[in-house]
Amino acid sequence: MPQPAVSAPVLDARDVCKRYPVGGGGLFARGPVPLLHAVDRISLTVGAGETVGLVGESGCGKTTLTRMLARLIDTTEGSILFGGDDLATVPAARFAGHPARAAIQMVFQDAEGSINPRFTAFDAIAAPLRRLNGLSGAPLRARVERAAEQCGLPLTLLGRYPHQLSGGQKARVGIARAVATEPKLLILDEPTSALDVSVQVVILELLAELKSRLGMSYLFVSHDLNVVRLICDRVLVMYLGRIVEEGPAEAVFRAPAHPYTRALVDSVAVPGQIREGPRLRLSGDPKSPIDPDQNACRFHGRCPRGQDVCGSVAPPEVTPGTGRRAFCHLPLMEHA
Amino acid sequence: MSQPPLLSVEDLSVEFRTRSGTVRALEAISFAIARGETVGVVGESGSGKSVTAYTVMRLLDDAARITSGRIMFGGLDMLGADAGTLAELRGRELSMIFQNPRASLNPIRRVGQQIADVLLRHANVGAKEAGERAVALLAEVGIPEPSRRAKAYPFELSGGMCQRIGIAIALACRPALLIADEPTTGLDVTTQATIMDLVSELGRARGMATMLITHDLGLATERCDRVVVMHAGHVVEDAPTAALFAAPRHPYTARLFAATPRPGLALSEISTIPGGLPDLRRDDLPPCRFSTRCDRRRDACDAPPLPRVTHQGRLVACHNPL
Ligand SMILES: Nc1ncnc2c1ncn2[C@@H]1O[C@H](COP(=O)(O)OP(=O)(O)OP(=O)(O)O)[C@@H](O)[C@H]1O
Ligand SMILES: Nc1ncnc2c1ncn2[C@@H]1O[C@H](COP(=O)(O)OP(=O)(O)OP(=O)(O)O)[C@@H](O)[C@H]1O
Ligand SMILES: [Mg+2]
Ligand SMILES: [Mg+2]
Repeated sequence: MPQPAVSAPVLDARDVCKRYPVGGGGLFARGPVPLLHAVDRISLTVGAGETVGLVGESGCGKTTLTRMLARLIDTTEGSILFGGDDLATVPAARFAGHPARAAIQMVFQDAEGSINPRFTAFDAIAAPLRRLNGLSGAPLRARVERAAEQCGLPLTLLGRYPHQLSGGQKARVGIARAVATEPKLLILDEPTSALDVSVQVVILELLAELKSRLGMSYLFVSHDLNVVRLICDRVLVMYLGRIVEEGPAEAVFRAPAHPYTRALVDSVAVPGQIREGPRLRLSGDPKSPIDPDQNACRFHGRCPRGQDVCGSVAPPEVTPGTGRRAFCHLPLMEHA
Repeated sequence: MSQPPLLSVEDLSVEFRTRSGTVRALEAISFAIARGETVGVVGESGSGKSVTAYTVMRLLDDAARITSGRIMFGGLDMLGADAGTLAELRGRELSMIFQNPRASLNPIRRVGQQIADVLLRHANVGAKEAGERAVALLAEVGIPEPSRRAKAYPFELSGGMCQRIGIAIALACRPALLIADEPTTGLDVTTQATIMDLVSELGRARGMATMLITHDLGLATERCDRVVVMHAGHVVEDAPTAALFAAPRHPYTARLFAATPRPGLALSEISTIPGGLPDLRRDDLPPCRFSTRCDRRRDACDAPPLPRVTHQGRLVACHNPL
């Protein structure tokens, strides 16, 4: 897809793969070890000041992808260009000392598991500021309190330990910690799923404010399509390790081209509104992510539009509209 | 309702002692759940939803104190029950899906085995059958290739898969009451529908009741018979779902709805709720804990007690409801 040549993207990942060897072969098994293709040749860019949404079925590889981009785990293949360097060549274990470290922050899906249980909320938020920005004393306190306030976390909770906080309070500690250092790229893995809507709005407004003030960029993983639609400029739709559709968020959600995107959009529940007519259900078994057939569409077998060709030929790239693409033999192109 | 409800919570208050004072997490809350009924519990983060769930399960930590109230479950006085009775009950008649799925699993035990463990303990089956039922349960919660996944450790599974393991464990013994604390937050909408269909099916076929704690008002709309709205340790409204969404009566409920993103609304059109959760350690908390944030506040709101008025099956705890 031709990128607008206005400014170079902040992040440019190309053909990133993560494969996990899986057991089952046994000691005397012949042939190569089976590989689970958690992320399979994904390319994506995030522009300066851009918010890119990443959606897709549970287990399709979103967290694995984001952890590679944040350099917490190593890639099996592919390059991750950030600030002129290929970060994929830096081993995850050594990334802590890399200059790009301070520029990429992550909000983890599992807020509880990512906060040290022996740290108070204050210490959790302060840790990266101490380490990456060298703050201490009064300036550190001021910065921590500002981050907490920005995230709607009452200052009275800063002395508490994780087990004394509610789920949403812990989630806000995780967000405050990540935004406090004002990174260039913030990767958020399900940041708002533990938040009630009133806190969610506070966080979404904060993200918008940081974006306009500092030009921060976001990669935003979420299952809440209403939220993705609200704040994302562009959206990537993943299915079983691959991107199946991408484009401007509003256009993709208004007229999905890939049948999987269609199924997702159709399942969105709107508060206070009872669904009319039957809900579309995906039937059939998903394909296995282990050594998948590269000459077939991953969605084949569950796809309501699927035909024989989908099972024997890799889906072609189609262009449903400007800045959009989808990988499908039988895309929905009605409103394009 | 002529039959007594399956679960009734009456006048329940819970406090936590901390180094910096006593947190009044729940104050005089009451609600009930009938057999086969799905009751949603919604409300601001920190309002006491999980604490309510833990109290019903009798899983509160040592710093907690139940200062008033009664919890009846299927005729049993839960607050008077001994540890043995509770252990027998939990996992069989009463089970819970925890808000943090990964933390609630054993990191060094294969997930299929963890499901089988529950069946071995409560369901009177042998190891072989428990293993087979564990795989069947994985399939029920929409995990592809269940027999292979049964052998995985939690770290080898995605967040949403771990969440579904927790759901499979909770549903393994077909409980009479399922307490689900944010059961589908980590799940995409299609997987979420699979899970909630399963829960509904168990409700229909076996009369399982569900307490569904959720931030997702869309989910509450679709799946709940009734919704309990909590704010700062109080139940502020309790009403049939359709009636609640059609016309919220408590000012907090109305604010909550207005803060919910929906298609066609821009971020600037979504209103926030002014102020935050009050500090629950204060001794001088006003009778209505929403009053400082409320645009319908009157002088009467500062005078105790907080009215808890039930009218036509709806409870509203407010002096000046909509
Ligand atoms: N350490 C690991 N070893 C083996 N397999 C793994 C490992 N980590 C992840 N996987 C597998 O990789 C796939 C992708 O997992 P990932 O956590 O990226 O999914 P996800 O899209 O984030 O899902 P969710 O929405 O449920 O969080 C899954 O099949 C998962 O089981
Ligand atoms: N062990 C504890 N010690 C002190 N305070 C606690 C403890 N556990 C919970 N709290 C406090 O009690 C209140 C209610 O917490 P609870 O976990 O029930 O909230 P919740 O409604 O489930 O919120 P969320 O939606 O964020 O999960 C919160 O303000 C929390 O900080
Ligand atoms: Mg994930
Ligand atoms: Mg909770």
